[in-house]
Amino acid sequence: MRYLVYILKRLVALIPVLIGISLIVFFLIRLIPGDPAATLLGSHATPETVHELRTQLGLTQPVWRQYLTFLGHLLHGNLGYSYVYSSSVVDLITTSLPVTLWLLVSGTVFTLLIAVPLAVLAAARRNGIADNVIRAVPVVGLGLPSFWLGIILILVFGLKLHWFPVAGYGTSLTEHLRGIVLPGITVALALSPILIRSLRASMIEVLSSDYIVTAHSKGISTSRVVLGHALRNAAVSSVTVLGVNIAYLTGTTLVVERVFSLPGIGQQMINSILGRDFPTVQGITLTFAIMVVVVNLLTDLTHAALDPRVKLS
Amino acid sequence: MTPPLLEVRDLHVEIPMPYGRLHAVRGVSLSVDTAESVGLVGESGSGKSLTLRALLGLLPRPARIVSGAILIDGEDVTGLPAKRLKRRLADTMSMVFQDSLTALNPVMRVGDQIAEAPQRRLGASRGEAKAIAVDLMTEVGIADPERRYRLYPHELSGGMRQRICIAIALSTKPRLILADEPTTALDVTIQAQVLGVLARLRQEEHVGLLLVSHDLAVVGQACSRLYVMYAGRVVASGDLVDLVTAPRHPYTFSLLRSVPDPDRRVARLLSIQGQPPDLAETITGCSFAVRCPFAEDACRDWEPELLPAGPARLSACRRIDTADRWTAMVAEEVSP
Repeated sequence: MRYLVYILKRLVALIPVLIGISLIVFFLIRLIPGDPAATLLGSHATPETVHELRTQLGLTQPVWRQYLTFLGHLLHGNLGYSYVYSSSVVDLITTSLPVTLWLLVSGTVFTLLIAVPLAVLAAARRNGIADNVIRAVPVVGLGLPSFWLGIILILVFGLKLHWFPVAGYGTSLTEHLRGIVLPGITVALALSPILIRSLRASMIEVLSSDYIVTAHSKGISTSRVVLGHALRNAAVSSVTVLGVNIAYLTGTTLVVERVFSLPGIGQQMINSILGRDFPTVQGITLTFAIMVVVVNLLTDLTHAALDPRVKLS
Repeated sequence: MTPPLLEVRDLHVEIPMPYGRLHAVRGVSLSVDTAESVGLVGESGSGKSLTLRALLGLLPRPARIVSGAILIDGEDVTGLPAKRLKRRLADTMSMVFQDSLTALNPVMRVGDQIAEAPQRRLGASRGEAKAIAVDLMTEVGIADPERRYRLYPHELSGGMRQRICIAIALSTKPRLILADEPTTALDVTIQAQVLGVLARLRQEEHVGLLLVSHDLAVVGQACSRLYVMYAGRVVASGDLVDLVTAPRHPYTFSLLRSVPDPDRRVARLLSIQGQPPDLAETITGCSFAVRCPFAEDACRDWEPELLPAGPARLSACRRIDTADRWTAMVAEEVSP
């Protein structure tokens, strides 16, 4: 119940954020050179037909009126109709959003699978060989751009070894699962170095605290002390780092979706910007904003669940 | 004669430093019998806490034992492989720390922290371990243990937390509790209660106590025998009453003199002049000589050794024979 009230409060606080973002996006996209009607009709269209289409799309009205109309529709859950695709923006988003969410979830899972064991190992064997390797590799990893990593993964695991599809998302659940592995790993390779660093640092700090000595004094195994006592305490601070970076990563998904030809929301975003598809760009940007806020909310909830000292208010 | 429960022989602990080494514990020997309560006193930096931690193999890195032997029931355990040594030590002794807030895992329910050792080490089931934990909580004087089992450390008062720490220490069924300033963070009333719990455990469960403290009042309340440490060495040992009523080492003597007496008005609180020596350096001669009111030139060359100073008493002072006149000697010096 306490959680529910908290979540509701946070979602209500989302409204001003969305209004602000809609304002910025709405005016920003209209500053980009290029007219939607002219883009749609191509270079052979006469000025008359372009003007006619502009009127039809409502682009001849004053900008403030266009914005109010947009807001009015938004209140009814209507994001308008795509100029390019013959469907509503809401439909476009509901078909492409799941792909992106899949990508984010699998990216996070792979990140945890990679980063947690390595960080724990590095911290437990501090200054040993494993620690030095684990500390050096991520620095290199941070320097590798996602699009390049993605292409290398496709080359090795897709084209050479045929373990995973080269591109695309398939239609069945198994195809989805197989198709998301390489993109997920690409995302994870971008995210892991940050998490390894943060988690290793907090593990080292936690491992030198008094309650770890208490745990050792019980005579329980070292692995139990490290995994049962230290990891959860270290996770408390690292979960925030992970959350912030997942939110930040929603931008990276644009690139990863492009490389792996995933029909996600990022891919949709690029296409609609190129096509000057104003309603779609606005809708997708709002969706991104909501995703970032939701990720932050989930981060805070996880944080509170891990640390009983944190009070949600 | 049965060997003592715990005996330490010539323990040396060093801390490697960027330049050289800090020789923090310089040959400590002590023993504790079953169900005995022994105090280890000394000022900060005298090596008493490190000695205690070394006994459980819990030295903070990079401190390490350089030499010395730990005997349990007369058996030297120092040569055992690391894992078995850890178990053997943990089977015999547990530790209670100074700050109960940092000594408890902040994200784990206190009950689970007590139940952990029974479940992981003594092979109890979850339910049994929980029952053991609740019993232990009752034993250390926690009312309503079932409800408090589910609380987290920050939800308990300092006194309650220290009781939890004692319950954790008891959860391994130890024969000896090593307590490092267990009451320093508590106010005097709670202090007395916690010491009461430890005393009752000794009488009823025969759990011995090795108490480290800089507070003579606490040691006086809880212990029957005392070791006094100075600059990494034991400088005096013996029965509490003997030590306090007739000190046989100038350091003990000076310590006792600096305890304020509420019945006597003094212009200024007495303190021991000077600073303890730097343990990163080699000390030749008696380490207390520079601060000692009775030191002679010969003291600075005398390599200290523990000399018999009465029945079951030892003192590392070459001027023991003058001890009876110390009070008078100091009085002369002070009065014009």
